[in-house]
Formats: sequence, structure tokens, C-alpha cells
Amino acid sequence: MSWTRKDLLALEELSKEEIEFILSTAESFKEVSTREIKKVPALRGKTVVNLFYEPSTRTRVSFEVAAKRLSADVINIASETSSVKKGETLIDTGKNIQSLKADIIVMRHNYSGAAAILARNLDISVVNAGDGWHEHPTQALLDIFTLKEKLGRIEGLNVAIVGDIAHSRVARSNIWGLNKLGAKVTVCAPPMLIPEAIERMGVRVTEKIEEALENADAVNVLRMQFERDEETAFPQQLEYFKDYGITQERLDRAKKDIIVMHPGPINRGIEISSEVADGGNSVILEQVTNGIAVRMAVLFLVAQASGKTESDSNEQK
Amino acid sequence: MSKNNKILIKGGRVIDPANKLDAIADILIENGKITEVGKALSAEGAKKIDAEGQIVIPGIVDMHVHLREPGREDKETVASGTRAALKGGVTSLLAMPNTLPAIDSQQNYRLLKSIIEETAQANVVIAGSITRGRLGRELTDIAQLKSSGAIAISDDGSSVESEALMLEALKQAAKENLLVIAHCEDKKLCANGVVNAGLTATRMGLRGISRESEYKRVERDIALAEQAGARLHIAHVSCAESVEIIAKAKKKGIKVTCEVTPHHFTLDESAVLGYDSNMKMNPPLRGKDDIAALRQGLANGTIDAIASDHAPHTENEKAIEFERAEFGVVGLETELAAAISELSEKKILDWPELVRKISFNPAKILGIAKGSLQAGNDADLVVVSADKEWIVDRSGLFSKSRNCAFLGKQLKGVVEYTIYAGKIAYQRG
Repeated sequence: MSWTRKDLLALEELSKEEIEFILSTAESFKEVSTREIKKVPALRGKTVVNLFYEPSTRTRVSFEVAAKRLSADVINIASETSSVKKGETLIDTGKNIQSLKADIIVMRHNYSGAAAILARNLDISVVNAGDGWHEHPTQALLDIFTLKEKLGRIEGLNVAIVGDIAHSRVARSNIWGLNKLGAKVTVCAPPMLIPEAIERMGVRVTEKIEEALENADAVNVLRMQFERDEETAFPQQLEYFKDYGITQERLDRAKKDIIVMHPGPINRGIEISSEVADGGNSVILEQVTNGIAVRMAVLFLVAQASGKTESDSNEQK
Repeated sequence: MSKNNKILIKGGRVIDPANKLDAIADILIENGKITEVGKALSAEGAKKIDAEGQIVIPGIVDMHVHLREPGREDKETVASGTRAALKGGVTSLLAMPNTLPAIDSQQNYRLLKSIIEETAQANVVIAGSITRGRLGRELTDIAQLKSSGAIAISDDGSSVESEALMLEALKQAAKENLLVIAHCEDKKLCANGVVNAGLTATRMGLRGISRESEYKRVERDIALAEQAGARLHIAHVSCAESVEIIAKAKKKGIKVTCEVTPHHFTLDESAVLGYDSNMKMNPPLRGKDDIAALRQGLANGTIDAIASDHAPHTENEKAIEFERAEFGVVGLETELAAAISELSEKKILDWPELVRKISFNPAKILGIAKGSLQAGNDADLVVVSADKEWIVDRSGLFSKSRNCAFLGKQLKGVVEYTIYAGKIAYQRG
């Protein structure tokens, strides 16, 4: 197949083939990071702008490294939401960046749908690096890439996602991606953190961690952000760890080779014990490495598509 | 215009449910009034409109319009809003009081009234607010609003949270025989929601507005109206449960009426999945089942009226992040066509019933002498090419704002002429 989307906004809108195409492209880019000279000229002369409306080090640095290994020029813009409220609109900011003749905007935004709105208004590529509670497609792609690398397949796997599902863009992107590739997804959280009707996205829902881990080939542990939502009643930290924390004791009752993933940054002793985070089932640091390959693939594909085709990913929905 | 202000509309299909008329007929208009409806009329010196093959109906009475003046003339003015109204076949409308300042006093009523007298292109009647500043704390002087000329009271845009205050308002309104229009939304049940609660909100990563937040408040306000003996009208009903509750109340003989907007009976929540802020309104677009219930409610008489909830907003307030964008869409220029396309074409309502919902019933609910084509009535009427299709285009809109949910959609039904007070007030260019 050939890639035709100028943007990567959400896994919900991608086909199975498109997801697999990104993953196989990422496989070929992974080797670059093992070279002595970790650089290929694929995006030489292209400009990538990291436009981050929310503080993020991990994702921004990962995109920056990915772009640089493709020889692109990288510009980082960090904008606090408060200044955006007063000043320039998102679309104006995007058009200004486009006028600088940048080729790709990688955007993190605290509002759901922001990447879609930006993409609709620009000719250059937009890569969603996380929008509100909506999606974080490259995170899910790197999670899936890592799983596939470890277990050789996605089809038929049982994957548990544990934590604050309601407010998690990582959860939503993983659900779409894993479902499309034929995995069976279980989400697990206290009731107040399970969004309404999520079962209609094709997942099993449980409040019991033991049920989620039973038969799971992998567990994706979400970061608990206790500071995040003032409206929802949140469980107490210690109570959460007691009921949902991923501990060695719980892993001992799960499949022996269960893969433990976490999008980071981890909260030791809150959603995951140090023993598990540093233990043999954990692939957390490999995820970080794979994130580079996946993001190289995404940047490469959207840059190519925006050069070749006028098709707008929004119109394909 | 002829010298003696005569217009003769020839050969149209005249639909006037008030007089059980649905026939090919001519209509003679003289000096602002309808003087005759009948066959083979002729009139010396009259301006003739050939309406053969077209439908002639009473001017639309839209009982839910935000004209934004005074205070937000950047969104709409009385002048621009009524011009848009005429283009859509709307000759009478109820201006909602959530202006700046709110229409919460005689003084503010008079301010708006004077603007209307100077600039309105169509008939505009005014609703006063239930509470001062629409803040839900203190009642307005309802008797004084009534004596000033307000024909209804409403805090539209918000619900009156306090049950005691709402009951008192309904009691006073009952005493004044004044209609109370309720925006039913329990904010406690939908804090910061922006789209229909459930799968849509979950998929989009947005907070939801639950059906409960609407129908529980519909339930409450009907109970309070019954207790107070007041006339209650429920604005923009959006979900199946509300329709059911209203149907039951009507069966019990409670004096309640309700309206539905064209966007709620046409578009379901899937329209919002692309984060298009022109699909963001309150109440939100609901599910397919709700649309079916709304249509059924229209067909079986539970829903009395079609109203646009015309809510203009500037580009700056809409072309931003979805959650930050204002709620609401313009609708004056598309409501008739949407009703034709979705209700008449799909056999939900026949033409006489459609006219009843869009013209006769709202006039009756508001208590204004409009909505029928009887000789002697004000000559407010619309000549429609019912089969003509058009695509809603932003540059074609007369409203100051372009936040229309039907942009790019193909609709059936074009207004050829709108006659207001016996004059051709709009003619398709």
C-alpha cells in the first residue's frame, strides 16, 4: 500500500493496513538508531515544528530526536495555555508556522480535537502528539510496536489497560489500534474513571484488577494524575495502589511472561511498584527506544504524503 | 409596488390549516391586509405574483430567536436578523432576552422596543427574562414586563436552578397570564459538558451533556407549572425522554407546549465527531433514537412547534478549539427548507401539518394574531418553491454570522417571496 494521509490525527480513523504500514516502516527505521552515525537524510531540508501547548518533555524530546535522525530541522515552541487564551488563536498560530514554510507541525494540546481543527485549516502536515483526553496516536503505535516486537503478533492477544481510562488519550488510541489489529482489550479502573459507554468501543470493562490481569498477555499501566481533574472524585493515592497498583505479587498470579508497559513518566508506588517497573516483565525503557522509530516512520510518511497528494485525511473519514 | 398597495398572488397551492384550506387559489392583498382568498380573483392595478406550481403559506412564526441586540451587534442586529428571517420566510419572531443588558426591566424592554421600531424588517415580539440579569437569583418585575408588552418570560440559555424561584415565577406568570418558556438543563448533571453524553463524548474525549440533565428539568418544570397553573413552553426539546414526559403531561391536561429545532430533528450526534464547532449547540445533537422520537412527537402532536433557536456567533467565537467555542447555530434561513426536506419529503408531516407547526401553532402559543391566511388578517405570507434544491453556502447567508449546521448540505425548498405587512419584503434574487 502507499500512505496518502498528510496528517496523523487519530488511530480511530486509520485502517488496519495503515497501522501495519506505519509499524513496518518503523521497523526499517529502528536500525538507524543503532548506527554509529545515527542519521539518515530522509527529511533533509524539511522543517518540523514541535508546537506544545502542554508541558511535555518525554514526547517532545522523542519527536525531536526522531526528526533529527531523519535530518530535519527542528524548532520547538512551548506555549502555555494561559497566553493562548489571551492571544493568538490556534489557527492563526498554525498559519504563521505554515508561512515560515515549515513542513510538519507536531502538536500537543490540552483540548480534545485541537489537532483535527488545525489540520483542517492548514496545507502542511499535522501530527497529533496528544490532544486533550482524545488520542495520542504515536504513543499507542509505539506500544503496539513494542508488543509486536516482544510477542511476534497482535492478533489474538489479551491486553489490559489499567488506570484513569476516562481522562486518557493513551487508552483511547490503544483501544482503537489494538482492536483494529485483532487484540482483545480489557480496561480496568475504579468506576469513576471508566467513561460512559466505553464498552461500545469494543472493550471488556472490569473494576477488578485480578480479572483484568487474568489471561492478559500484556498490561499497559496508565499514569495516575491525581492533580488533574477537580470535578471527578478521585481515589486516594494509597488506596489506589492497594486496589490497582501493579505489584510483583499481582504479576505472580498472572501469565508468567506478561509484558508490562507504561507510557511514562512512571509514578513509583502509585500505579506501579518499583520492583515491577525495574523487573524482567517491564519493557518501559524499550518503549522509549521504539518511540523514536515509530515517530521517525510517522514523520517520514506524512511528509511524503503531503508532497505527493492533495487528499485530505479529514475527507477520507 | 403598485400605487394602491395591491398584490395579487395567482395560482399557488394555498395552505392554511387554520381555515382547513389546501387548494389552488388566489390571494388578494390590499393595504397590508389579506382581503380575499379564492378562485380566479382579479384586481385592477395590482402587482401580480405568479405562484403557479408553488406553495403559499402563512409567514413563519419563529418563537425562538437570538437577535443579540442590544450588546452583541457584532454577532447580529435586529436589522440583520430580521433580514435573515425574511429570507427564510419568517415574518414574526420572538426575540429572546439574553442580550446585554438582559431584557429584565421595563427600561431595557423599551430600549429593545425602540431599536425594533427603528430597524426591524419583520414583526418582532419580545420575551423578558425571568430573573434579573438572568442570574437565577432574583425575579424580575413580571407584571411590569407584561404591561410593557413582553409576551413571554424566559431565562433561555440557562435554567432557573432554584425550584422555589421557578415556582414563584410561574405563579406570577399565571396571574399575569404570561407564557413561561423554559430552557431545561440541570447544570449539576452536565458540568462543562459539550456533546451528547455516552459513546460520542467518550470517543471524542469530551465531557458529556446527559439526557437526564434535560428531561429531569423538564419533569420538574412541568410539575411546578401544574402546581402554579401557569402556561409553560419547553424550548428546544432534544431527547426521547423529554418527548415522553411532555406527552404524559399533555394527556393529564397540563398546559404545556414544546418546540423542536430543525438541527435536532435532522442531525444526530455523529455529525459532531469531526470537532466542527458548527455542530456544537446546547442541547447537543443526540442519538438516532432521539431523532426518531422527536419526529414521532411532531407527527403525533406532542411537539407543537418548530423553532430555529437562531443563535449567531462570530467566526472568532467558533473557529477555535471545540471546547472553547460558543454553543449555538444560526437557523432562520434554513428552518423551512430543513423542515421540508426532513419532515414533508419524508412523510413525517403533510403540508398542512408542517404549516401548523411552523406558523399557526407558534402564533397561537404566543397569542399573536398571525399564522393564518384569513381575509382581514395581516398579509404575512411566503411563496415557496417546494421542489427546488439548493446547497447551503456561507456566503449566501443574510445573517451577520455564518455558524450554520447545514453548511454544504443540500436542502429542498426555496423561498421565492416573503410578503410582510402586505409588502414584498424579500424576493429571491
